[in-house]
Amino acid sequence: MALQANDPFNFYTRQNLTFLTGRRARNLSELLAGIKEATEASIYHHTHHFLVRHEFLSPEPPNDYAYWITNILQDRILGEEVASIDLREYSTLEDIRARILEVIGRSKSREAGRSKHNAPPGEEFHFMETQSFVLPTKHVAHNLIEFKECLKCVSIHSIYFHVFEARLRQRDSDFSLWLSNSLHEEKLAREFLQFDPYTQTLENLRQTLIRLVDTRLKREGNGNA
Amino acid sequence: MATLRDYERYVGREVIEELELVAGRLSGVVVQNINSTAVGGGVAEILMRMVPLLHDLGVNAQWDVIKGGERFFEVTKKMHNALHGEHVEFSKEEIDLFVETNEMNARDMNLHGDIMFIHDPQPCGLVRRKKDLGRKWIWRCHIDFSHPDPFTWRFLKEYIEQYDVSVFSAPSFARELHIPQALVSPSIDPLSDKNRELPQETIDSILERFKIDKSRPIVTQISRFDYLKDPVGVVKVFRRIRKYIDCQLVLAGGGATDDPEGAKVLAEVEEAVNNDADIFLLLLPPASDIEINALQRASTVILQKSLREGFGLTVAEGLWKAKPVIAGAVGGIPLQIVNKYSGLLTHTIEGTAFALKQLLQSPAYAKSLGGNGREHVRKNFLITRHLRDYLLLFHSLSHKGEPVVYL
Repeated sequence: MALQANDPFNFYTRQNLTFLTGRRARNLSELLAGIKEATEASIYHHTHHFLVRHEFLSPEPPNDYAYWITNILQDRILGEEVASIDLREYSTLEDIRARILEVIGRSKSREAGRSKHNAPPGEEFHFMETQSFVLPTKHVAHNLIEFKECLKCVSIHSIYFHVFEARLRQRDSDFSLWLSNSLHEEKLAREFLQFDPYTQTLENLRQTLIRLVDTRLKREGNGNA
Repeated sequence: MATLRDYERYVGREVIEELELVAGRLSGVVVQNINSTAVGGGVAEILMRMVPLLHDLGVNAQWDVIKGGERFFEVTKKMHNALHGEHVEFSKEEIDLFVETNEMNARDMNLHGDIMFIHDPQPCGLVRRKKDLGRKWIWRCHIDFSHPDPFTWRFLKEYIEQYDVSVFSAPSFARELHIPQALVSPSIDPLSDKNRELPQETIDSILERFKIDKSRPIVTQISRFDYLKDPVGVVKVFRRIRKYIDCQLVLAGGGATDDPEGAKVLAEVEEAVNNDADIFLLLLPPASDIEINALQRASTVILQKSLREGFGLTVAEGLWKAKPVIAGAVGGIPLQIVNKYSGLLTHTIEGTAFALKQLLQSPAYAKSLGGNGREHVRKNFLITRHLRDYLLLFHSLSHKGEPVVYL
């Protein structure tokens, strides 16, 4: 008999709709100005949507700014610097914005001449925003075995919501919090936190989470799980 | 008619379940789609598929068409060209006709939707009824809006800004507007004749019919004969690589006979082809979807060398068939192709020729681009994603300005 959680884990999902702002940047200076004035919904969009939209391409740059700087402005050094900003270190969108501005600003002053170098016509950077819709799914886990089954069948959007979005809400993954608080699985909760979700595809992330739970179930046997 | 469940094998059960989840909260809402034609054209084609699927999801989607005389549609055709960037002069009489026809439809039509979903410029004037009817109004633009003629844009903007939200197909179409602008890319239907899987015998028999040699590489561009698709440029690309690689070019499209400009372009292409036995110029009649599907599936590399593009769904069609695609970096194409990952983006004849040579000589690389491309289309450009965006758009009407909405 699997150990029952104090509170069940309710899987939610998050669906995004993209809005265009009409603002565009042709060069680094305009990109910098745009990022300064963008809404948080825009910073969120450009640093996170790549994960869902291009998830099979990961671990390529998980943000649009890096992609555009590298591939359109052809500034590979700055592109690499922006791509390698470790989003895990920042728990608010304002912190992420400040770090991106710092990295781009530093490069701009380093290579003043390049900051006016324009992208080819038609390949400007378009500032966008995300509106997110969060919904409860029918998937509920009361113990580790059910949790594993749910991880197998929820959508990648649900995994995304509980891992990435949760970090911006509460600095922690929803899964880790539940494992620790409701199932007292502190070790497993720590394992869930140890790997960097930004450097793998969402499908790989799902498989990693399932494997960790599987290992835990095998280690202790169902009696303890 | 396909049902939602028929798409499960392409997108997975979880995607269908989430569509049902999002739609569940719109049960009974009447969405009244209005456009200018019930048959022909991309808008009618997508509504024909979208409306039954919305019904499947419990949304009460309706579809009505405005009435207008031949002269009205000549004016809206001019308007369409002007929005594509062509400089067009409108007489006062033409503008009056546009306004009057919209007013007549606004007066005579039964505008009963909880959500009024108006497609393209032709019926955009219906929004004048918003003041007395209330309801939520969406204006969906299906056309390329990257370089609109300033006069036409200013004229339409007066109407568009009365809507609650506008919807565009690509980021480059965004305008400075006082209303929100949603981005909803078009999509392809994996169950349509143009995209469904075909038996090898069907593909072979179509190649045989056109006398195309299936033992040699086939390079294909599917598009109407239009300067903006640069068919003469495609022939030049082919000539450059034909010196090094034994291959064939297929240029297939329709719509030339009743379009004076199309006939002119076709004549120029014929001249450029100069009876080359390895170039197949195919004028396909309407309803040639199976032929197009077969030609794409038989291709070694697909080109879409557009100079200007609305969205360029032929790119998604090619990628869905796991083909390596080389395309111009214009309109909605960069959304479909991430350069060097899911295809190649080019800007010039020389660049396209170089990319084509590279793909014909590196089949493993070409295969990996095609495989990534198919996966990208599966996740982002199938009709199920389009449906999801529309459902979210309907919800967003009640949550204006909220970055996160808990449903």
